[in-house]
Amino acid sequence: MNTTADSEVRERAVRKDTPGAARGPRRPGRLRRSALPYILLLPALLLELLIHLVPIALGIAMSFKELTQFHLRDWGSAPWSGLDNFEVAVDFDAPVGQALLTSFFTTCLFTVLSVGLCWLLGTAAAVCMQESFKGRGVLRALFLVPYALPVYAAVITWAFMFQRDNGLINHVLHDQLGLTDSPSFWLIGDNSFWALLIVSVWKGWPFAFLIVMAGLQNIPKELYEAAALDGAGVWQQIRRITLPSLRSVNQVLVLVLFLWTFNDFNTPFVLFGKAAPEAANLISIHIYQSSFATWNFGTGSAMSVLLLAFLLLVTAVHLVATSRGRKVSDV
Amino acid sequence: MRGFRAVASGAVAVSLLATATACGGGSSTGGSNESPKTLTYWASNQGPNIEADKKILEPELRKFEERTGIKVKLEVVPWSDLLNRIMTATTSGQGPDVLNIGNTWSASLQSTGALLPWDEKNLEKIGGRDRFVEAALASTGAPGSDPAAIPLYSMSYALYYNKKMFADAGVEKPPATWDELVATGRKLSKDGKWALGAEGSNLSNNIHQVFVLGKQHGADFFDASGKPDFTSDGAVAAVKQYVDFMATDKIIAPGNAEYAQNQSLSDFAKDKTAMVLWQAAASTFKSQGMADDEWGVAPVPVQAGAPGQGKSLNSMVAGINMAVFKNTKNLDGALEFVKFMTSDEEQKLLCRTYGSIPPVKAAQSDPAFDRPELKVLRDTLATSAAPLPQVPNESQFETVVGTAVKNLFAAAAGGEPVTTGSVKAELAKAQQQMPQQ
Repeated sequence: MNTTADSEVRERAVRKDTPGAARGPRRPGRLRRSALPYILLLPALLLELLIHLVPIALGIAMSFKELTQFHLRDWGSAPWSGLDNFEVAVDFDAPVGQALLTSFFTTCLFTVLSVGLCWLLGTAAAVCMQESFKGRGVLRALFLVPYALPVYAAVITWAFMFQRDNGLINHVLHDQLGLTDSPSFWLIGDNSFWALLIVSVWKGWPFAFLIVMAGLQNIPKELYEAAALDGAGVWQQIRRITLPSLRSVNQVLVLVLFLWTFNDFNTPFVLFGKAAPEAANLISIHIYQSSFATWNFGTGSAMSVLLLAFLLLVTAVHLVATSRGRKVSDV
Repeated sequence: MRGFRAVASGAVAVSLLATATACGGGSSTGGSNESPKTLTYWASNQGPNIEADKKILEPELRKFEERTGIKVKLEVVPWSDLLNRIMTATTSGQGPDVLNIGNTWSASLQSTGALLPWDEKNLEKIGGRDRFVEAALASTGAPGSDPAAIPLYSMSYALYYNKKMFADAGVEKPPATWDELVATGRKLSKDGKWALGAEGSNLSNNIHQVFVLGKQHGADFFDASGKPDFTSDGAVAAVKQYVDFMATDKIIAPGNAEYAQNQSLSDFAKDKTAMVLWQAAASTFKSQGMADDEWGVAPVPVQAGAPGQGKSLNSMVAGINMAVFKNTKNLDGALEFVKFMTSDEEQKLLCRTYGSIPPVKAAQSDPAFDRPELKVLRDTLATSAAPLPQVPNESQFETVVGTAVKNLFAAAAGGEPVTTGSVKAELAKAQQQMPQQ
């Protein structure tokens, strides 16, 4: 104890003796000092520009071009087509637009269900695991496995399990439990939506679990103790303390889950291949098919730009709504 | 120090930027001979797996290197990636020098302008047009234009049947017409066993089957000017006939609707499916543990009579072509390599290994190609096969019509009725997805 106090005093004395010693004798000029953060940010900014913004800009440019196989080799030479691609994409009376709209609604429904279930499962698991008990660490690690597995390996395993004749799912549901009259198809037809949802939730909920678990660490124990003394039950504690305290964490979590799920390409692609069944035709797969299957990259890009606009809009609305909420709660 | 770090990291970023920009854009316009000592070759997956292909091809590439001093870097590209890889290479200009393509893509890829046209001068360098079988040459690009690729391996479809299952059901000979196939099929389809296999979720396979049935119904899927014509009576009848094997005739197991990974061949080898319509299946049967005398082979059935031209066609011209990327940096070497791969010696060796038919006339004389299976495939190719439509939109056609057939199989498997109306509606939807030109 003594030695610590001594060293603290000594340290303070040293600091007093040499003011500005830490900054060194060559004090940089004001301009240089203010430019430094930007110089440090520059590499990151340049890479960001290169990796994210340049492709986005190229994609937007492509959406105004009639880019087909005939111009693929030198796509700069493809003729400009104005808003034609967009007109095709949003003409909801014509088949291309209709298909896009159906795919959009399918994706919305899928995203709402998937994000909702991921959040519910993740939060429930995190709350249950808050109290320490034997084996908690092992369970926590186990729960994170789906998140840690490479997507392709995980989803291809699900694809095997969902096979009609030799899959594990039908073996259990039909052969062992006898719940269905005949083995069901999971990878084609209407059930494919549920197959996709199951895989998506399985893959996504550990992330919600991880984030909520981190959020829970920040809630002071005293709050629960005080509530318990006041006679609040478990449900009341969750409703009145846990959920309100997690609010800011949840806002970010739901937004991120929404963006990931809405854009998810890997899961449906690995599960269904190039041609997803209509019931599970998510918008990312639909756009892939619209550009790579028909080699019409202009229309595909136009659809992507529309998707980008929609996601930006949702994000903006979300940010405005949540920041307004924060201001009110600050007051 | 800090200043130095900032400068250094800035420099790294800028150099990264410069490298990346250098990667983009392929502006090179024609072949050159800048790097005459190396070649990159993308081979398609012809053997049981990619490793097997490497083992088969690498000794040949070493032979080529010993003769010419040109080192060939080999990459075997899986079929699921090949077309996308070629498209990406076309866009970026960073492609291989020589590559294999599915022969049905020839016209599509020709229209991108990425492949070297085989004019008389280039053809002369590999021994001239006359060395190749005419049917195989018909599937190398749009009619009337210089070929975009050279035939490398040829194949055609045949009806493979499981001898044990035929004997158990008292079937004496393979069916020669579709009516006979359905009648035979009804005898075979019972007790968890089925008569015919299908790969309902494999888009290309669906196309190959309905194309032939289409020809038998007098339909072409494209009109004379190259415009899609998917909803003609013949086309609708063809697709309906194929899906009806599952929906109405009940001789294809419903589970086949989701097959896309050659599961029907394993069913065949396990005595669960008695017949498959396939091209050069011998090596796959062998790898599934089936002896050569356990299966038989016959021409694909026709509507009536014997196979021949016109409405009695019973196969597409299947096969692999070899193409040269137009902006190769080793043009002479690439031509030399194609000459090597299509030489009589290599053709005999490679086609024997892969169980395909050499598209080079002189190589066909090898006794190895007189096996009963290859004789059926060779006769079919010579007398009753036609190339898939050689139009720029062929690969789009495979995707959209292949998907339509997949959807119809899914409906049939789910117990929904498949009617002329529902087939026509599905084909109309497919046609509307074709790019307008």
